[in-house]
Amino acid sequence: MFERLGNWIREGQIWGSVFRHGVPRDRRTRAMAVLSNVFLHLHPVAVRKSGIRLSFTWCMGGITFFLFLVEIVTGVLLMFYYRPTVEYAYFDIQGLRAHVTLGLLRELHRWGAHAMIISIWLHMLRVFLTGSYKPPREFNWAVGVILLVLTMLLSFTGYLLPWDQLAMWAITVGSNMARATPVVGYEGPGAACIQIGGVPLVHAGDDARFGLLAGTFVGPNALLRFYVLHCVFIPCVVTVLLAVHFWRIRKDGGISGPL
Amino acid sequence: MTQFLASGSGMDGIKHIINVLCEPHWFLILSCVALAVFMVGYRTFTKPPIAAALAGVSTLFFIASCLDPNFFSIVSKGDNVPIVMMMVTLAFVLWIAFRQAAINDERMEKGEPLLEAGADDKVLVWPDLVYIELICLVLLTAFLVVWAIFLRAPLEQPADPNVAPNPAKAPWYFLGLQEMLVYFDPWLAGVVLPGLIVVGLIAVPYLDKNPRGNGYYTFKQRPFAIGTFMFGFGILWIVLIIFGTFLRGPNWNFFGPYEFWDHNKPAALLNVEFHDLFWIQMLGRPLPTEDVAFIPAYIIREIAGIAVLGVYFIAGPIILRAVFFRKLYVQMGFIRFSVMAMLFLVMMLMPIKMALRWTLNLHYIVGITEWFLNV
Ligand code: HEM
Repeated sequence: MFERLGNWIREGQIWGSVFRHGVPRDRRTRAMAVLSNVFLHLHPVAVRKSGIRLSFTWCMGGITFFLFLVEIVTGVLLMFYYRPTVEYAYFDIQGLRAHVTLGLLRELHRWGAHAMIISIWLHMLRVFLTGSYKPPREFNWAVGVILLVLTMLLSFTGYLLPWDQLAMWAITVGSNMARATPVVGYEGPGAACIQIGGVPLVHAGDDARFGLLAGTFVGPNALLRFYVLHCVFIPCVVTVLLAVHFWRIRKDGGISGPL
Repeated sequence: MTQFLASGSGMDGIKHIINVLCEPHWFLILSCVALAVFMVGYRTFTKPPIAAALAGVSTLFFIASCLDPNFFSIVSKGDNVPIVMMMVTLAFVLWIAFRQAAINDERMEKGEPLLEAGADDKVLVWPDLVYIELICLVLLTAFLVVWAIFLRAPLEQPADPNVAPNPAKAPWYFLGLQEMLVYFDPWLAGVVLPGLIVVGLIAVPYLDKNPRGNGYYTFKQRPFAIGTFMFGFGILWIVLIIFGTFLRGPNWNFFGPYEFWDHNKPAALLNVEFHDLFWIQMLGRPLPTEDVAFIPAYIIREIAGIAVLGVYFIAGPIILRAVFFRKLYVQMGFIRFSVMAMLFLVMMLMPIKMALRWTLNLHYIVGITEWFLNV
């Protein structure tokens, strides 16, 4: 009964228009299943047996990617509720807990972010310990390092958004570093050299920290700036780099293994 | 049992010993010793029964520690829970990695094929890989949902620029850097050193010319690469994060894991400058305050520190090459070796400065405060 229904669906025009291949039961159709699907096509048709053993990759890259997707989905949902202004931010976050049905969004987003930081470190550790950065994968390792930096920046910019004491002071501590940047931070070595006729050009009102916070302290401008960086700019860059990363895994000969 | 663990004067003695062992110098030294012992004996320690015993003992220790209210209040803080999870996962994956390295190294000695051998052994992505991914995805989703249900995301009082919490901590994944602030000024700890970490990581594949160990677990074939990475990542990053999170309290003072975070504990004093040691203690003269010709006074004052750093970075690579890395130098060539040695020496600056702080209470090696140029 169900089998006949299934066959009827699979032989119909609608199913056939979506999935161009037959049921993946033999080698050919299974290959087609991967080849003709834009998402699965990230993978080659066949991979080294050792490469997909969990004990080899720990699936850490995959887990990182999955967590990134979780962050995107929950993040978009959070954006429906959250306004990046000093008046609203904190209370919007509070409201998420009190008024939104199944209010787990913020928890999922926050714990997902922490988990992603951990998994990306472990992914890097795995790649290092298997020597997978060695030729021909040098460039992909470099792409990975940039992804690592961006992931940490994503977390850092997001940390401010709840606008509570924890957020504000963590970002204050973090961004205070920027004023010590050599040359372009006003308390950094070399900044005093940049002057015209005794008038310093690098001061608290135009140095690196000012650029980061759009002000001399963590205030409304910083909140807006971090919000845009967190929700738009960095995720876009990460997405592009992820495309490069995945593309290069294939172009470099798939998951590494002994020659 | 519980009662015995929670009370009892013997217990307090043990807690006191552990509190003392967690002081910065002991904590760092013991972690380094633990790492070294693990790397030397990786074939023994990763044997399943021994690894399981170690895991069991640590778990028991952790559970027993949680009975202590001071310990528990720190590890159960919302944002600290991920760090505990990270420690567990890290220990587990390190076991996985070094276990396979041990097996591979043994097999290579006997001339047997590697665990990962069989370049032509291919499997289809559908179903083999797709199903693994699907299962991973389902398990991870379940895990995240359960985590989200049982642990609320922290939300403190609304932001108030006039009320600074004490301690004010950066997000936990940056606490290694914040801990470096104890030993270096912000321009180094917050800007230059993190920048060099990124540069150094990107440079790794271009510096490591060892053709072996590409695509399989091994330790024997690349002890220097793995040893350095484990030191940098395991000690200078992870251990410092653990330290910054769990053992730093008000005024960034050290507090043992079973110690109450007392806001009245006085902050540590730093008063020994290298120029004082050189001019006043060694030469018995006052600090120079006059410019000599075109050389400003602060350069003369700091001359000894500058010389020490200069020798460190110029003689350092030469000594490394002559004493430790003859073969490596041949393999890498002059430029690669110099870059590697520089990065390595910068990394080692951290433990060196720590040691100087612990022994001499040294503040700056070079302290040109006029220019914010302090090392
Ligand atoms: C958003 C962050 C990242 C994502 C989503 C990601 C994803 C992945 C995935 C899915 C793989 C396939 C193998 C595996 O699962 O281990 C992979 C491989 C790889 N990744 Fe990443 N990665 C990220 C960051 C990094 C970082 C930080 C590094 C290094 C610093 C890195 C370097 C590499 C290299 C060299 C490979 C090839 C490994 C091999 O062939 O064995 N990636 N990545």
